[in-house]
Amino acid sequence: MNAAHLLAPLFSMFMVCTAQADDLRLPAGAPPAFQSECGACHLAFPPRLLVAEDWRRVMAGLDRHYGDNASLDEPTRRAIEAYLVENAGKPKKLGPSGTAAPGEAPRLTATAWFKRKHHEVPPAYWRHAEVRSPANCAACHKQAASGSYREREIVMPGGRRWQD
Amino acid sequence: MKALIPVLIGLFAVTAQAATPNEILAGYRAEAAKNNPRYQSSAELGAQLYRHSFGVSAKMPSCSSCHGDDPARGGSHVVTGKAIQPLAPAANAERFSDPAKVEKWFRRNCGEVLGRECSATEKADFITFVMRGR
Ligand code: HEC
Ligand code: HEC
Ligand code: HEC
Repeated sequence: MNAAHLLAPLFSMFMVCTAQADDLRLPAGAPPAFQSECGACHLAFPPRLLVAEDWRRVMAGLDRHYGDNASLDEPTRRAIEAYLVENAGKPKKLGPSGTAAPGEAPRLTATAWFKRKHHEVPPAYWRHAEVRSPANCAACHKQAASGSYREREIVMPGGRRWQD
Repeated sequence: MKALIPVLIGLFAVTAQAATPNEILAGYRAEAAKNNPRYQSSAELGAQLYRHSFGVSAKMPSCSSCHGDDPARGGSHVVTGKAIQPLAPAANAERFSDPAKVEKWFRRNCGEVLGRECSATEKADFITFVMRGR
């Protein structure tokens, strides 16, 4: 055993205690289908970005999923729903939820939290050909797939680094 | 003949978790041959299926609208913008190695793009094309 082995657990405890806005790693315990299903057409979104009630609504209408069909067999659907609900975000932090079109399921890109975090982003960027949708986190957050959203990792469409 | 697919999938699942693209292709070819004993899969017809604009969905008219014009280079999802790795097994070893996954996405994507399921003939042609590339 060397120092690194001893320090690693301490370090990870430190990381947990200081969990902050730019750290959206997936909590442990995801059913395998969460990555393979919910990560196929877009990023497997961090559960913390919607409240439990909103996840239930998303998971109740997978056959009409924002204009797409994402239906699953019932055991898989239930396992994913349980994981999302258990790790869902706090209403106080996320603020009122919202949809992009009437009748649609709630969107994590329509919460007050998401809008606040992105209020400095010029609107034209959301429709940029390299972005296409605000839900395409990885278009700007280059480490989004591993759950890291640090400001210095942001590269805006066209290749410019983000500066405040 | 539809009943054959679960049987084939079951067979693969039992014999090996992972199949090769050639095994998966052989499965669809065998099924297509039930309707037409002289059937030979065609990369040309597969290429047409890959690129044809079906006009069923305005957002995703063709397979290539998400998978890119060249199956060896990949593309990006027309709605979400997510990068999609190449479909060609030569460029992406994970492709056509899991019969259940292949079948699931054929069902989903043919449904979106063609407005119906693809036949075994179309699936065999499609795989023949992406295996050959371009
Ligand atoms: C077949 C493709 C597909 C699959 C599979 C899929 N989705 Fe989606 N999802 C979409 C599309 C398309 C959108 C709309 C994206 C947009 O408008 O930017 C979307 C949007 C979303 C949104 C809203 C994003 C936003 O704009 O805030 C959530 C939340 C979501 N999906 C969750 C899930 C979950 C959970 C699963 C797994 C059970 C899943 N998705 C599986 C295609 C899919
Ligand atoms: C068009 C580019 C773009 C897209 C797409 C995008 N973001 Fe951002 N995001 C930014 C920028 C730029 C900032 C920094 C804004 C600032 O400094 O005011 C930011 C900030 C953040 C922050 C705050 C980080 C911190 O240090 O507090 C989080 C968390 C975040 N984004 C998550 C997401 C998630 C999750 C998605 C996808 C659902 C997403 N973003 C999509 C550009 C983008
Ligand atoms: C709306 C975007 C979209 C369109 C259009 C589309 N696909 Fe796909 N396809 C996907 C996604 C997303 C996946 C799963 C993620 C991945 O494996 O990269 C996928 C995966 C596949 C697979 C699984 C291959 C494997 O072994 O991994 C096949 C087969 C497939 N698609 C065939 C088709 C065919 C045939 C068409 C046209 C009829 C088509 N796709 C059109 C998005 C699309």
